[in-house]
Amino acid sequence: MIDKIKHLQNKCDFCGTCVAVCPHDAIELAEASLQILFNRCTLCANCIHVCPTRALEMTDENSL
Amino acid sequence: MKTHYDIVVVGGGPAGSTAARYAAEQGASVVLLEKDREIGVPVRCAEGVGEKGLSALIAIQPQWIAQRITGAVLHAPSGAAVQLHTDEFGYVLHRKIFDYDLAQMAAGAGVEVYTKAYVQGLVTEADEVAGVVVEHMGVRQAISARLVIAADGVESRVGRWAGLDTRCSMRDIETCAQVTIGNYEGDASVCHFFFSSELLPGGYGWIFPKGNGMANVGLGISGDKAHSGSPHERLQIFLRQVVDRPAILTRVYGSVPCAVTLKKIVRKGLMLVGDAAHQANPLTGGGIVTGMAAAEIAGRVAAAAITEHDVSAERLQEYARLWGEGGGAKMNQFYRLKKFAFTLSDDTLNGLAKATLDLSPEKRTMTNIFKAALINKPSLILDAIKLFT
Ligand SMILES: Cc1cc2nc3c(=O)[nH]c(=O)nc-3n(C[C@H](O)[C@H](O)[C@H](O)COP(=O)(O)OP(=O)(O)OC[C@H]3O[C@@H](n4cnc5c(N)ncnc54)[C@H](O)[C@@H]3O)c2cc1C
Ligand code: SF4
Ligand code: SF4
Repeated sequence: MIDKIKHLQNKCDFCGTCVAVCPHDAIELAEASLQILFNRCTLCANCIHVCPTRALEMTDENSL
Repeated sequence: MKTHYDIVVVGGGPAGSTAARYAAEQGASVVLLEKDREIGVPVRCAEGVGEKGLSALIAIQPQWIAQRITGAVLHAPSGAAVQLHTDEFGYVLHRKIFDYDLAQMAAGAGVEVYTKAYVQGLVTEADEVAGVVVEHMGVRQAISARLVIAADGVESRVGRWAGLDTRCSMRDIETCAQVTIGNYEGDASVCHFFFSSELLPGGYGWIFPKGNGMANVGLGISGDKAHSGSPHERLQIFLRQVVDRPAILTRVYGSVPCAVTLKKIVRKGLMLVGDAAHQANPLTGGGIVTGMAAAEIAGRVAAAAITEHDVSAERLQEYARLWGEGGGAKMNQFYRLKKFAFTLSDDTLNGLAKATLDLSPEKRTMTNIFKAALINKPSLILDAIKLFT
């Protein structure tokens, strides 16, 4: 099982809070799209914890 | 859009528009790039400003003002309410109009403004910043520039691309949720602030009335406390406590870096301003006035550096130094107070409210509250006196 961050587009407000705390510049945010760059992400979970709407979740890849 | 400018400003918030305007007024060719389709939208802000701070920076226009604020009430966890004594007043702005006008003023000074212009990366030459790569309406292009001003807000990445460490710590990010309601029945000239270490850890809740029955009702908490309840979840509880059946017209989420200014806010060919530089007031989370104050300095120094053909880190350091001696030093004092104030227990806060209510109304000032709170921290008392008088 490989953990991954899942982004819930419908819950996201594109506010950039997750970007501000990501230690590895692994989140790309445009006007209304957000992408996690998994080659940089270390699964530290900072983004998951600060997201004001809980639009990010840790999941295992099999359930994606 | 041309392929070369003296200065590229990334981000069309108050800091970006202000820096761009000042630089253009001194003769630099400037382009302002904003990723969203419209300047000023979405509004991720409670829109409160002090009159003194804003009027020192710009002639305040009536169309910016939603509501004039003359009073503030602090609510302790026990429910005790302390009406602050203050001679100062403030405004709740229409930030949509405010941000729009600031960008228009920049345009009036000669700045080229583009929306839907998403900056994706930097152009570098021999490892130095030499411009940006922008995607505008589906077309990707490089813009070369002698100087890039990153005013890209809390989500700033421009500095990181240039090797500056701009991330915010979990403790210092204030993560927020807010609604604008349309059926507010309280006194429109009074702002409210709510404290509770359980519901609002490391932050506070607010009601900022906008007039005509509207009010911004929201909260911010410290990022390292958000795992036990997100701002959105906490706002549902908070709303039940403070307004009866809110008519919710707008919902916003967002955050403010409530930290000290970043150690490095310049490098060769690059300046950071506003939230991107962590220049907001760390105690209140107010970043409009502080960002604009820093941006004015940045814009002037940028234009001078262009004229002198010297965009070295040493030349641009003048901006960091001037900010550090003025607003920056003050923000450091606010940070020390924040670190202290946001660790007070509910019991201590309730005790403070009670002690303050025992004072006569004209003695219920921020200075006196902090004096009582800081009884064992004389060094911080001095900070408080300097900041609140
Ligand atoms: C809930 C909440 C309440 C607040 N309440 C108050 C308050 O009452 N009073 C107060 O003074 N402050 C308040 N603030 C803080 C205030 O909103 C900010 O400090 C202020 O907006 C900072 O201005 P800025 O110009 O630095 O950044 P912003 O206003 O955030 O502007 C940055 C701009 O850059 C753009 N951008 C980002 N990345 C790119 C890119 N790659 N390419 C192109 N464009 C890009 C963004 O779209 C944005 O428009 C609040 C903040 C929040 C979240
Ligand atoms: S913090 Fe949450 S809501 Fe904000 S952009 Fe990131 S995922 Fe979206
Ligand atoms: S888990 Fe950590 S590294 Fe991965 S995107 Fe989130 S904040 Fe960045």
